[in-house]
Amino acid sequence: MEKLIGLLIMIAVGVGLALVFWGLNRLLGPKSPNVVKDVPFETGRAPISASGRRMAVKFYMIAILFVLFDIEMIFLYPWAVVFRDIGAVALVSMMIFIAVLVLGLAYIWKRGALEWQ
Amino acid sequence: MNGFEFDWIAIAPFLILSVLGFAVVVLGISFPKMYRGTLGTIVLVGFAVAFLASLQSWDDARLAFGGMITADKFSSAFSCIFILGATLTIGLSINQVEEKYLLYSDYFALVVFATAGMTLMASGTNLLTLFLGLETLSIALYVLAGFRRSNEFALEASFKYFLLGAFASGFLLYGIALIYGITGSTDLTKISAYVSSEGILGSKMFFAGFLLLLVGFGFKISVFPFHLWAPDVYQGAPTPISAFMATGSKAAGFAALMRFMIAMQSTTQSGWQDIIWVIAAATMILGNVIALRQSNVKRMLAYSSIAHAGYILIGVLAGNTIGSSGIIFYLLTYTFMNIGAFGVISYLSTAEHEFITLSDFRGLASSRPFAAIAMAAFMFSLAGIPPLAGFMAKFYLFSAGVKAGYVWLVIIAVVTSMISLYYYLGLVVQMFMRDKEADVAATAPLQPAVMIAISIAMLAILILGIFPSRWVSLFQDLARSLM
Repeated sequence: MEKLIGLLIMIAVGVGLALVFWGLNRLLGPKSPNVVKDVPFETGRAPISASGRRMAVKFYMIAILFVLFDIEMIFLYPWAVVFRDIGAVALVSMMIFIAVLVLGLAYIWKRGALEWQ
Repeated sequence: MNGFEFDWIAIAPFLILSVLGFAVVVLGISFPKMYRGTLGTIVLVGFAVAFLASLQSWDDARLAFGGMITADKFSSAFSCIFILGATLTIGLSINQVEEKYLLYSDYFALVVFATAGMTLMASGTNLLTLFLGLETLSIALYVLAGFRRSNEFALEASFKYFLLGAFASGFLLYGIALIYGITGSTDLTKISAYVSSEGILGSKMFFAGFLLLLVGFGFKISVFPFHLWAPDVYQGAPTPISAFMATGSKAAGFAALMRFMIAMQSTTQSGWQDIIWVIAAATMILGNVIALRQSNVKRMLAYSSIAHAGYILIGVLAGNTIGSSGIIFYLLTYTFMNIGAFGVISYLSTAEHEFITLSDFRGLASSRPFAAIAMAAFMFSLAGIPPLAGFMAKFYLFSAGVKAGYVWLVIIAVVTSMISLYYYLGLVVQMFMRDKEADVAATAPLQPAVMIAISIAMLAILILGIFPSRWVSLFQDLARSLM
């Protein structure tokens, strides 16, 4: 617990400092409201469309595929740490795991999930 | 630490099914034009091998992977039930998948993977193994439920099933975490040791974990109040998959629940009986009463399947050998009669017209006598009329309930099954005693694979109904080995 007190103080000071600066700015800064200031900045030009646009579903596909194949990393790191202790069984297990993943990759490739059409 | 010893034999059914699933995926992407019957035959051969492998562990019980997996009579019987259900499901699908749904190799592969998950649930004796099996099963089913991608009911089914299923998995995991926090283990034997020394109510946190696990399992077996997804999902999913969910997935949920509940039994009064009592009673009443009002046969069967989960809970509650053997006999019977009933729907449906409202069935006896007789047999069996298997199955469960002293619950069960007669026989009346309307004639082409699957299911409910004692004594051996 004592170790954490330092951390707590640091968090308190950090948040406090930010609040102080923000408050001082609100109190002392000059104010001149203006319609143009409320417009989102878009390289200096007037915005041409609303920001909440519909996204193509293919982005979602890429994202989910990324997550799927990124997860394997989580398994590879602890495996790499204990690999020497376990030996051949670890190697074979991981090869089977990777083979399943490769099969998955082949599947999505064949099914055209990687094509951007 | 001997956790790294691979006991291939203990997980043989799971391994065979997994390899089969991958093989189907590989075949599907290598030969996209492969005839669906060929692929279906490969799957059925794989199922036969997995079935034989499951029988292997009947006489040869073994504990594997440091107690994570137990291959015994229990897992053997359940795996056989799952594989039978999946086989019939494939039989119902072979003629359909190409014209109605694209990508039939994916469809077959998902059914195989779901079955693999089920076998893992039956042989898991660790909460994490049970969870792993449940997720393997569920993820495959989420996709299968929405397989008719252009149908809005299918989208609703898939979406609803996925969202609620994800929540149920969350409940289950949270429960596992709490139980792990108290007992320091996810191994069911260690948890069982904790329960017999402290009792379920010994610690509030343990009890909370227990309740959360009940929610998770209750969702899978669709009992009140976690049943709300079932009618919508069964309606929107492809009919063979509805059958698969109502039988295989439910049986798998019961397998996991039984493993868990046997661990929860202690010498003292454990305190969970009252909860199960209320859930069972409410499930039977609600399922049967709402089924009365359904005009869509798939929804009617969904509510009937909710009600049947209530009957089966009597066996869980009884907790004796007759109860446990009764559950397994019931699930075996139920697999045949329910897949048969959904099978008739799928047999009569075409791509343009799904054959699911009560009025569709009007006068079916004259236009399609085979389908009408089969449907009548399944309805009689579901209602529990002798000499069909549904009667014997109910008889064993209810007598187990009476022996364990739950007379009132059994009275509720008997009364609600009498109520259920009304809607089961209502369908039979439509088929045999009403004249058909001109424009809803059954136009579906004859589908040999579906006819064979329906005939097998009919034969099975006859055999199980007339000669039940052989099977029941087998299952009683099983139940004795569990206690």
